[in-house]
Amino acid sequence: KLLVVLRDGRKLIGVLRSFDQFANLVLQDTIERIYVGDAYGDIPRGIFIIRGENVVLLGEIEDELPLRQVPVEEILLAQREEMEARQRREKLKNKLLHDQGFSVDFTETDLY
Amino acid sequence: MLFYSFFKTLIGQQVTVELKNDLAITGILTSVDQFLNIKLDEIRAVDDAKYPHMMAVKNCFIRGSVVRYVQLPASAVDTALLQDAARREAQQPTTGGAH
Repeated sequence: KLLVVLRDGRKLIGVLRSFDQFANLVLQDTIERIYVGDAYGDIPRGIFIIRGENVVLLGEIEDELPLRQVPVEEILLAQREEMEARQRREKLKNKLLHDQGFSVDFTETDLY
Repeated sequence: MLFYSFFKTLIGQQVTVELKNDLAITGILTSVDQFLNIKLDEIRAVDDAKYPHMMAVKNCFIRGSVVRYVQLPASAVDTALLQDAARREAQQPTTGGAH
């Protein structure tokens, strides 16, 4: 069972079925795990074929996490709140930078 | 191929890999390949609290294309040798690079 971290920040957990030289992957019985604070929630996703260029890292899951599991709706709510808070902070920061004369066009969607 | 060979000499050493998404992971280098993909053992995310998903993972594979830096122990590197090899490689590249 593997944890796959993608460039857009998603964490998928599943059984690796196959791969190739580009790190393209086939994951079976995949769940998408969302972490917010000290909690996490799982969304079942089925079978995933992942294009290698989007893979950041693969990790072998061995331990149980010292975090508490919550239902999906709750984690999605928490995630949205966290994202909105982050966007407000970014907007404020960008405004301050802009007022100082900096050019701001940074989008954090691609964690390269 | 030069840095592939260079990393092979570092297998067994503890290194810190900093990724382009700002995640930094410390671990023991167990393997490297021609794309400079890296496998680390006994890993620890440098900032544990910020990356809780790494807590359950003991070893990992990191795609070469997402690496920003690899921090090494200075004692593990013979800089004179590396510099020499790099100079030779620059004058006469042995392969066309891994693509």
